[in-house]
Amino acid sequence: MAKKYDAGVKEYRDTYWTPDYVPLDSDLLACFKCTGQEGVPREEVAAAVAAESSTGTWSTVWSELLTDLDFYKGRCYRIEDVPGDKESFYAFIAYPLDLFEEGSITNVLTSLVGNVFGFKALRHLRLEDIRFPLAFIKTCMGPPNGIQVERDRMNKYGRPLLGCTIKPKLGLSGKNYGRVVYECLRGGLDFTKDDENINSQPFQRWQNRFEFVAEAVKLAEQETGEKKGHYLNCTAATPEEMYERAEFAKELGQPIIMHDYITGGFTANTGLAKWCRKNGMLLHIHRAMHAVIDRHPKHGIHFRVLAKCLRLSGGDQLHTGTVVGKLEGDRQSTLGYIDQLRESFVPEDRSRGNFFDQDWGSMGGVFAVASGGIHVWHMPALVSIFGDDSVLQFGGGTHGHPWGSAAGAAANRVALEACVKARNAGREIEREGRDILLEAAKHSPELAIALETWKEIKFEFDTVDKLDVN
Amino acid sequence: MPFKSTVGDYQTVATLETFGFLPPMTQDEIYDQIAYIIAQGWSPLVEHVHPSRSMATYWSYWKLPFFGEKDLSVIVSELEACHRAYPDHHVRLVGYDAYTQSQGSCFVVFEGR
Repeated sequence: MAKKYDAGVKEYRDTYWTPDYVPLDSDLLACFKCTGQEGVPREEVAAAVAAESSTGTWSTVWSELLTDLDFYKGRCYRIEDVPGDKESFYAFIAYPLDLFEEGSITNVLTSLVGNVFGFKALRHLRLEDIRFPLAFIKTCMGPPNGIQVERDRMNKYGRPLLGCTIKPKLGLSGKNYGRVVYECLRGGLDFTKDDENINSQPFQRWQNRFEFVAEAVKLAEQETGEKKGHYLNCTAATPEEMYERAEFAKELGQPIIMHDYITGGFTANTGLAKWCRKNGMLLHIHRAMHAVIDRHPKHGIHFRVLAKCLRLSGGDQLHTGTVVGKLEGDRQSTLGYIDQLRESFVPEDRSRGNFFDQDWGSMGGVFAVASGGIHVWHMPALVSIFGDDSVLQFGGGTHGHPWGSAAGAAANRVALEACVKARNAGREIEREGRDILLEAAKHSPELAIALETWKEIKFEFDTVDKLDVN
Repeated sequence: MPFKSTVGDYQTVATLETFGFLPPMTQDEIYDQIAYIIAQGWSPLVEHVHPSRSMATYWSYWKLPFFGEKDLSVIVSELEACHRAYPDHHVRLVGYDAYTQSQGSCFVVFEGR
């Protein structure tokens, strides 16, 4: 029945709070943690979030009667307490599929985390999780290659991959930089990585870096008989320059390039991922700026959402934190979002921070990358937490070895393989880690020295962003 | 006093991917790895190649993958038979995972000369 136009301001909850609504399989579902201004009822806050992130505006407008807004509006269908927190609550919102452009993560985020985050009736707002409907997932390309193809291309099976970032991260000439790459790769690493800050600075222009690195990779492959790669950072000021760098990496016969997906932006990332699929290149993804968005427990976007968005936008490897190293990361929560990167179906599990069942259909998986402040003593825990479909990256833990990067690389490779072998043989590697490493060191002076060098280093601070549990 | 450096020289070694940095496994250690492959539900597979071709994507199959084989001793004797037939070849054991169409495990058991 046609409605009448009634000018003025209505309460949001009259239109957008619909507790009887049963979400459709095709709806995009979101869970927000809301902290309202004092005195504003929960239903009104939740409905305001639904409205401002979908079809609503503060005033009734005549032109909304030209369409059927009930078909397009977002609806808050459930409100829940946050365990152990009296001032905040979870609002579950369902968005009809037609609110979003096919294959556009940019569009989804512009709606869901757009103006609404500055809304005055809210003190804080955090997007905790998104359930992407399979109908939307099938419109995204996802990882250019996926885990299985990457293993086949790199000939790495039955273990995590091993990498490290080249240090110092800034200030080396192209030739010196290539030297460090060569040392790491000949020592037994599978990959080395451009630091995220390395783009094309005066001390080392990108073309010069790419050429020396390509020579180092080729040489290390010839001498070790193993497949090697270096993540050539193609992040640039403009998309045109980004593609120019990617093309040159391909011309040099390199297997993998790299992009910073948050600072570079989702549109650039999705474009580069499609280029990688078309050109047979692997894509490593860095996540600079994520902690600005995801670290505050009451405001921003949880990293599990950013991880899901990256899988849809496209990337073959994504940094996830280490749990044990120098950077923030709660173990259960990390396990929750590395499932989102790698599995084809992830069930709702609040103990891991997953608020919804998530069906990924046939979308390829993304390697979880653990990097930052880790060294050989962490190896047993890392293998146990991250499993085989991961890349473990030791920067200081490689270059800081008293004999240099090649020996540091070899120490890490011996430690990794000893842990995998012990795990396969049925040993509990986290509990027996010390014995496993010391046994392996009997055959490897490089490992023995590494174990001695880093024996005192620990990073034990409490996590700032914890899961909400009683 | 003459200067004595404590820095060692790391010599590059040619290796054959997974477990290439560990000493050769004992018979018992190889049994453990085969048991792991079988326990994961993967199919054991034996492949071999002349060392000059070790970086090739395709090594020769020894017979066919041993689909569904659960008997450890069968795999051990197939590994040995392959090694006898091609004594100068690398021989590797693969745990083939049909679900992911990938190799859950893969390592060289006999190194060729």
